[in-house]
Order: sequence, then C-alpha cells, then structure tokens
Amino acid sequence: MTLEMIAILLGGLTIGSALMVVLSKHPVRSVLYLVVTFFMISANYILMNAQFLAIVNIIVYAGAIMVLFLFVLMLLNLNKDSEPVTSIGIKLAGIIAGGVLLTVMLAALKDGLVLTQEAVESANNNGLVENLGELLFTKYVLPFEVSSVLFIAAMVGAVMLAKREKQIID
Amino acid sequence: MVLASIFESGVSIDFYIVLASVLFAIGAVGVMVRRNAIVLLMCIELMLNAVNLLMVAFSTYHGKGDGQVFVFFIMVVAAAEATVGLSILVMAYRNIRSTDVGIFNKLKG
Amino acid sequence: MGADKILLTILALPLIGALINGTLGKNMPKAVVGAIATGVMFTAFALALTLFGGVHKQHLVHLFTMLDLEDFKVVDGKLMDSKLNASFVLDSLSIWMTLIVTGVGSLIHLFSMGYMSHDKGYYKFFTYLNLFIFAMLILVLGSNYFMLFFGWEGVGICSYLLISFHYSDAQKGIANSAAARKAFIMNRIGDLGLLIGLFLIFSQFGTLEYSELADRLLIDKIEPTTWMMFGITLCLFIGATGKSAQIPLFTWLPDAMAGPTPVSALIHAATMVTAGIFLVVRSNFFFEMAPMTQDIMLYVGLTTSLVAAFIALRQNDIKKVLAYSTVSQLGLLFVALGMGAYTAAMFHVTTHAFFKALLFLGSGSVIHAMSDEQDIRVMGGLKKYIPITHITFLIGTLAIAGFPLLSGFYSKDEILAHAVMHNPMIYGILMVSVAMTAIYMFRLYFLVFHGSFRGTSEQQHHLHESPLNMTLPLLVLAVLSVFGGILNLPGVVLKAGTHWMSHYLEHNTRGLEVIETHHLSSSQAMLLMGGAVLMTLIILFGSFVVYVKRGSLAKSDEQLSGWELTSSKKLYFDEIYNFLFVKPLEWISEKMHAFVEVLALNKSVYGFAGLIGKTGDIVRKWQTGVVSNYLFWMVLGVISLVIYYLIKF
Repeated sequence: MTLEMIAILLGGLTIGSALMVVLSKHPVRSVLYLVVTFFMISANYILMNAQFLAIVNIIVYAGAIMVLFLFVLMLLNLNKDSEPVTSIGIKLAGIIAGGVLLTVMLAALKDGLVLTQEAVESANNNGLVENLGELLFTKYVLPFEVSSVLFIAAMVGAVMLAKREKQIID
Repeated sequence: MVLASIFESGVSIDFYIVLASVLFAIGAVGVMVRRNAIVLLMCIELMLNAVNLLMVAFSTYHGKGDGQVFVFFIMVVAAAEATVGLSILVMAYRNIRSTDVGIFNKLKG
Repeated sequence: MGADKILLTILALPLIGALINGTLGKNMPKAVVGAIATGVMFTAFALALTLFGGVHKQHLVHLFTMLDLEDFKVVDGKLMDSKLNASFVLDSLSIWMTLIVTGVGSLIHLFSMGYMSHDKGYYKFFTYLNLFIFAMLILVLGSNYFMLFFGWEGVGICSYLLISFHYSDAQKGIANSAAARKAFIMNRIGDLGLLIGLFLIFSQFGTLEYSELADRLLIDKIEPTTWMMFGITLCLFIGATGKSAQIPLFTWLPDAMAGPTPVSALIHAATMVTAGIFLVVRSNFFFEMAPMTQDIMLYVGLTTSLVAAFIALRQNDIKKVLAYSTVSQLGLLFVALGMGAYTAAMFHVTTHAFFKALLFLGSGSVIHAMSDEQDIRVMGGLKKYIPITHITFLIGTLAIAGFPLLSGFYSKDEILAHAVMHNPMIYGILMVSVAMTAIYMFRLYFLVFHGSFRGTSEQQHHLHESPLNMTLPLLVLAVLSVFGGILNLPGVVLKAGTHWMSHYLEHNTRGLEVIETHHLSSSQAMLLMGGAVLMTLIILFGSFVVYVKRGSLAKSDEQLSGWELTSSKKLYFDEIYNFLFVKPLEWISEKMHAFVEVLALNKSVYGFAGLIGKTGDIVRKWQTGVVSNYLFWMVLGVISLVIYYLIKF
C-alpha cells in the first residue's frame, strides 16, 4: 500500500464519518461519529508527521471536548424522538448552499495552486515535539501566555453560567 | 522514526485542499440544517477541524512550523468556546426544557 | 473719545438697553426698566451732540467686511473686488438724523414711562423701543446700502412687534395683529422694490458704498443708460413708497394706529416713515440723473397728499386724523424731493418730527385722560381739565397748519417756494392740500378742546392732567415746534445766518454739494409768505366760527352722505384692495388646497409612506430569529463574493 492509497482511504473515511455526523438522527450517534472523524483527522496528522498535534487532537478534542458533549447529552436525556425536525425546504436550501459553497471555494483555489511555492524537499521534522515546543516558547510565547488567561475566563464563565440559583427558603 | 514527507511521495497539496473544503462544506450544511443546539455546536467543531487540517497540510508543505503552532491555538480557543457554549446551553435548557434553536427566536422581526 | 468710539457707543447703547430689559426686565421693578431704557436714549443723544460739534468732514468707521468677492466687476478695463462692509459714516446728514432719532426718541421714551405704567408688558415695550432705535440708527448711520437695508428690515420688524403689542387683548387683539401683519406685508412689497434696486446698483457699479457710488457718478462721470438709471431710481422709490406710506402702499399707516400711542409717535410720525425720505436724500446723486423718476415721485406725492388730506377731513378717531395727516405730510415731502429740494425736505422732516410727535403725544395724553377713549365725538371742552396738554396741542396744531413764525410755517414755505419756481400749477395744488391740512387740524382741535363735554360722567370724573413724565416731553417738543424754524430761516428778513441747515447739510453730504438751489427774490418770497399766512388765518377764523361759535358737531355715522361719507370711509381704499388682491388670493389658495393638496399631495405623500410600510412588512419576515437561517444567508453572501472576485480577475 503506497502512501497515496492510504491517504485517499483516510480521506474517504473522514468524509464519510463527517457526513454521518450531520445526517444521523440520534444525537448520541452524531457525537460518536464526530469522535471517529477526529481520529481520522489525527491519522492524517500522523501521515504528515505532525506528531504532537495528532496526539493533542485526540487527547483534547476527542478525549475532553467530545466527552463533555456526551455528558451534556446524557444529562439532557435527548434521544431520537425529541429531535426537532427541519422542514424539507430548509434542508434542500442548506444542501444546495453547501454544495455551491464547496464548488465556489474549489473554483477559487484551483488557479491558486499554480502559484504556490514548491514543496520543501526534505524530511519534515517540524511536527516533532521539541521543534514545535521551541517555536512555541520563543516566537509565540505571548499568545501562549494569553491563552492561559483565556482559559481562566472560560472556566469562570462556565462555572458562573451553570450554577444553580440558590433557593431562598423562608 | 521519521516518515518521509508525504508530499514527496506523490500526494499533491490539492488533495488536502479538497478534503478540507469538503469537510468545511459538510460542517456548514450541518449548521444550516440541524436544529438541535448540541449538534450545531458539533458541526462548528467540525468546521474548525477542517481548517486545522488545511493548516497542518500547508505547514508541512512549506516546511515551517508556524502553521502547527497556530493549530495549537485554534484548539485552545475551540475548547474554551465549546465549554462556554455548552454551559449556556445547559442553562437555557433549564428554562425552556428543549434544545431546539428554533425556539430562541426573540430576534424575529 | 475718538469719533469712532463715540459712534459705536451710540449704536451699542440702545442694543445693550434692549438686551438688559429683554432678558432681565421681567423681574426688575418698572422704574428701573424705564430708567435704563430712557437713560440709554438720553446718553446716546448727548453723545450725538458731541459728534455734532466735532465732525467737520466725512468720517468713515469700518467695523468688519462681511463679503469679499474678488474680481467681481470690470471697472476701467480691469477687474476689481466688491466688498460688502459693515461700516458707518459720520457726515452731516447721518448726524442730523441721529440727533432727530435719539432726541425725539428719548422724549418719547420719557413719555412712555408714564403712559405705559399700567401695562403688564412694560419691560417688553421698552425692549422693543430700544431695539427699534438701534435698527433705526443702523439705518441712518450706515455707510452703504446694505447697512441701510439691514436697518430697514430691523425697523420693519420692530414696527410689527410694537403695533401688535396688545395682541392678547380680548376685544381688539386680533385686529391689532391683523394691522401689524398688514403693515409688515405692505412694507415687504416696498422692500422687494428696494432689493431689486440694490441688486441693480450692485451689478452696475460693483459696490454699495455711498461715497464710492457718488465718486463714480459725479467725479468719474460713469453713466449707465437712462433706462438703467430710471430702473434703479424707480426701484428705490418703490422701497420708499412702502416705508413712507405713499399711494398705493399707504393703507397700513392708519391701521397701525392700533399700537400704543408712543409707538405711533415714534415710529409712524418721526422716524420710521421718514426712512423713505432719508433713502431718497442719500441717493440724491442717482435721482438727479433720472428726471423721469423725479416727476413720478412728484405726482405720486402730490396725489397722496391730496387723497390723505381729503380722507382726514371726516375721520373721528383722534389718532386716525393724525395718521392721515402724516401720510399727507409725507406726500408733501415727496413733492419736495421730486423737485430736487433735498435740504428743504430735510428741514420739513425735522420740523414735522417735532410737531407730529408733539401732536401724537398730546393725543396720548388726551386718551390717557379720557380713560382710553379715542373718538372725538365724545370729547369736548377738555381745555379746562387738561391745560398743559391743551396748550401744547394748540401749538402743535398751529405749527402743522403753518401759523406764521412757527416752525412748520418756515419749512412748508420753503417747499412752496421751490414749487413756485418749478411749476406754478404744482404750487396751486399744494396750496389746496395745505388748506385741507389746516381745515382738518383745526376741526380736530376745536372738537376736542372746545365746546362742552360730550362723554359719560364716569369719564368726566377721571379727567386729570397727565403726570410730569408725560407733560415734560410735551413742553419740550412744544418749544422746539415754536423755535425750530430758526434752523433754516429764509433770507427774507435777516440777511445773515439764514439757511443755516441747508448749508450745514450741503457742506458735508455727498451729492448735495453739487446741487444748486436757486432762491426766490425777496419780493417773491414775501408775496408767497403773505399768501400762506392769509390762508391760514382765514381757515383758523372760519373753523373757529363753525365749531365754536355755531357749535356744530361731528356728525354721527348715520347722518353722513355725499363727499363726507366717502371721506369717512377712507375713499374705499381698503375695500378696493380687498377686492383686487386679497379675495383672488384667498380663492386661489382654496382651489389649490382642494385640488392640489388634498388630491395630489396628500395621496402621494401618504401613499408613499404606506408603500414604505408595506415593503417593511414584507422584508421583515426575513428575520426569522433562527441562527441557522442567518448562517444560510451568510454562506450565500460568501459565495456571491467569491464568484464576483473570480469573475473579475
């Protein structure tokens, strides 16, 4: 199996699972299909030697965020019957709009391919942890620190929002 | 172990451009069509990941690590956004007992 | 202080008085309000007196330039800029008019302190009066036509405000406002003529300054075509007609008597109505080049003088008689101007200011004594109740009728002398007008002050002499009416020191220095004066016989017939104007309302609004409130943008 065939196969699986995310009627199944999609994408990252990101993708996205989604779904006890139904008109409009969007984006990007630089012809070590870390802590250290502030804000916000209001008992 | 660069073994960059565009379009369709708020948020995550894929592809193509650092930050932001979005959703569910976004139409003209 | 500062102070004082009284007057006690207003006026008069002694040549005071148009006009083959300046000029004419305005004005302010003392709007009255004086001073002191126009409009507005002063009066409020509106509209019609004249002057000469225009016309001898001069002067004369109440724009002046009496004295006797005369005297260099307009002025003035005197013969409201008398005297002044007798006209303006103001203030005193009654048919025998008013009113009447040696006699005689030299027929018609003046004035005097009292007993109880602040101005004006003739004595009796005022004015006013006036020979002048004296004395004696000895009274409305009816109905002028102008306008307005407004405009405007509303209703449905739909439209937007850029490049 050449690398090409693996890449195409992975691509197809990714698209397939993404489609199932959108199409499935049971919300829990949508979540699970999304997890599969993330795994596929991580596989793509490994193909491109972006090792750190592949692992981080699985840990953060598939492991933390999707689990969070699953918790909320279970908490709200949603199932296939309580799923709202969209009218056929909106579905049609949405699909057509999405299709046109895809076509237009590809049309716009097709001519650009001639102008992109040549690929770098060497084994690519940039995805390794130490190289990425070096870049992260020298050139991008400010966004790195600021993102910690972002996390604090998100945590505080989430806790404040989800707190149950205290019932005052007279 | 170092894998050979994928772009030297025949996969062209168009492949990843097409793949990312398709994933993005699927995510857009999902946001337009689905009415469950949680599935909506998930489709947004899908779109973000399509962008991440493209960024990593180009980072490898050009041989610079900046693309991957940017992906790192996109993940940070996506995580924060998902967290806050879900907590808002939970609070809204407590009042309305439903996650249908069609119900949140107070901005209707 | 230099002359500049004094001039600006004279201008600023009434304005400051108006501002203080206008803003703070409501809360100040009446004595303070009156003191400020009158004090300002007397100070201005005193300052004007210092200027009178000190200025020997024309002196220009420049404040600022309002408009500077570069390269506007071609003069002598090169372009030059035109400027509109806010600047003032001190020459004989302007200082003289300032003296009249501030002098008579301050006496009238003093009178108003007593006359209006029971009025609620006391502070408002003095604010308007001071504002009027300010506008009038700008009019007379301005050094170009633009300042004149500014003052012209200012006095028009103040006249409107003052005529309709009692606009909220229960019985006559609407009539007062209607009278004010009529005055304003008629003035406006005249102002249109004045504006066109100013535009013509500006386009022909590129400047509005008197001195520059005089230079161009007299020294450089630049002469536009005869028709242009005719047009300019005719337009200026139309402006003067509106302001100085000549035919056909005179009916506002009798109606303007609806305002309080000090207003009538100040505005409609001494100052505002002389603005038209002032305009013509200032523009003498224009009028001297347009003999056709001078003829028109002469005949219009003559007709007005006759018509107004005729109407005054049978009027029964004391103020209306005086109003028509003013119109008649203004007609006489325009006759003088039409003959080129500018200094004689200014002399008569001065004396007329004295005795007409005296007569109006006297009538105000009478009205005050009669508890606001103005009909002379219920007055009579007042001479024993209000002696000071009686004596001063008598002096005023004698002055206006041309009793020998009083001021009016000299000024009228001057004009009559010019008439004889110009055209003896004019002299004859003028004598008729002068005779009628004497007749109606003596009728007024005898009916009011002689005979027995014809009013109610309650009015009789209230008859009392006016307080000092009302009688003092009357006395001062009476003295001036008696001795005012000294200003311009003819060269008949004395050989030296005569025609002082004519020389004073000619010495320093542009244009007048080149106009030569011939003087009659001594014998001709004596003959003239003798004839006038004889006529006046005959009429005096005749009126005395008719009204006192025979005791005939003014007829009541039902008994009138023939010429008396026509006279008392004001020659039906108002009815004619109503028929010719007002009714057609109202008809047009109604038709426009019914057709254009209701059918076309309302439907289209409301229809348009309704259309917008309906469109909004439809478009509104686009906002569903569902986020997914919004994203759909966003995607469509992105698509269209990308397609646009794809196609473009």
